Amino acid sequence: MKSQDPAIRWVDEPKLGLAGKMYLPLFLQGLTVTTKHLVSPKVTVSYPDQEPQIDNPLIYRGVHRLNKDAQGRVKCVACFLCATACPAHCIDIVGVESPWPDREKYPESFTIDELRCIFCGMCEEACPVDAIELTSLYNLTGRSREEMVFDKEKLLSVYEATKDAEPMASVRHGLPTPSSEGTGAPQSAAPPQASPVLQGDVHTHSH
Amino acid sequence: MAVATNPQTGLPDNVMVSRLDALANWCRKNSLWPMPFATACCGIELMATGASRHDLARFGAEVFRFSPRQCDLMIVAGRVVMKMLPVLQRIWQQMPEPKWCISMGACASTGGVFDTYCVVQGIDRFIPVDMYVPGCPPRPEQLIQGIIDLQDKIQREGTLSGKEFALPQRQQRKRALVELPIIGQ
Repeated sequence: MKSQDPAIRWVDEPKLGLAGKMYLPLFLQGLTVTTKHLVSPKVTVSYPDQEPQIDNPLIYRGVHRLNKDAQGRVKCVACFLCATACPAHCIDIVGVESPWPDREKYPESFTIDELRCIFCGMCEEACPVDAIELTSLYNLTGRSREEMVFDKEKLLSVYEATKDAEPMASVRHGLPTPSSEGTGAPQSAAPPQASPVLQGDVHTHSH
Repeated sequence: MAVATNPQTGLPDNVMVSRLDALANWCRKNSLWPMPFATACCGIELMATGASRHDLARFGAEVFRFSPRQCDLMIVAGRVVMKMLPVLQRIWQQMPEPKWCISMGACASTGGVFDTYCVVQGIDRFIPVDMYVPGCPPRPEQLIQGIIDLQDKIQREGTLSGKEFALPQRQQRKRALVELPIIGQ
């Protein structure tokens, strides 16, 4: 295509006035944006000092816990439904014959690999006895893979740490617990332990 | 005007004595330059952590450098497949010491749901990881907590000579670097 081609439409660049030549309008435009951001409300959440807002901690999916029944025993009946439902296969249960008459089995060991878990909450949905739940503890970190495998004691200690702020679903909905009778324990021993003693070292950071 | 002398150290009271390690650690922990190795959705949360709402600049770690030679903190965010692993290893080796690594999310830490032959079941099999951040993906606050914990670790365990990098466990990870065949070469 030659430059004399009539199909080419030649366009002259716009003529700038004095203000345009000094870049003054654009300079002021930029300053306006800067000033706007200077006086606009801050959006930063200063995290370690300021907790993030979790709308409903009861449905938040954070670190797991193993619930205890009224007698202080683990509620889990080792049915393996959570381990079956888990898409990441991060739950490992060893079920043995229960010493209590109200159930056949109980978990001798119950470990969750928190690093492999994807916090989908399917274990909580699958559980028929309301034993495993996800808490609103969101800032879990760890320095080794070994310490991030939570065993039964640690998961129970998470329950002790969170049971007051987040009561378990059967308590919230007032459902009868299936394992609340026939244990041979006197009924006066029913109230839960008053002192939440952390048995394991839970590596969550509460401020 | 005479300054009183500390009877224990024999130094004037307006002289502060500290370990050189502590000074180096203080400088290092407050100027972590992350290398974002973001391969999946965790990278989105990583970007959110650097953005204004969570503002990683509050911890001196906002300078995401895309050249490993300028970084000292690798944040592996997302799953790493076996074919990506030589790239990860090369980038890790290109980073100058002292260097640290945060494994962000379930996939980088253990493989997560991707328990298959082609996905690395935890990058700590091949590079040394200092801090694990679980989650799928973790919240930005959780990653910030990981960085705070890493800063704490650097302050408490770092040395000027970097001899903590010569720990047997860490050296073992380095051997894994050498032993793995470089795919495609």
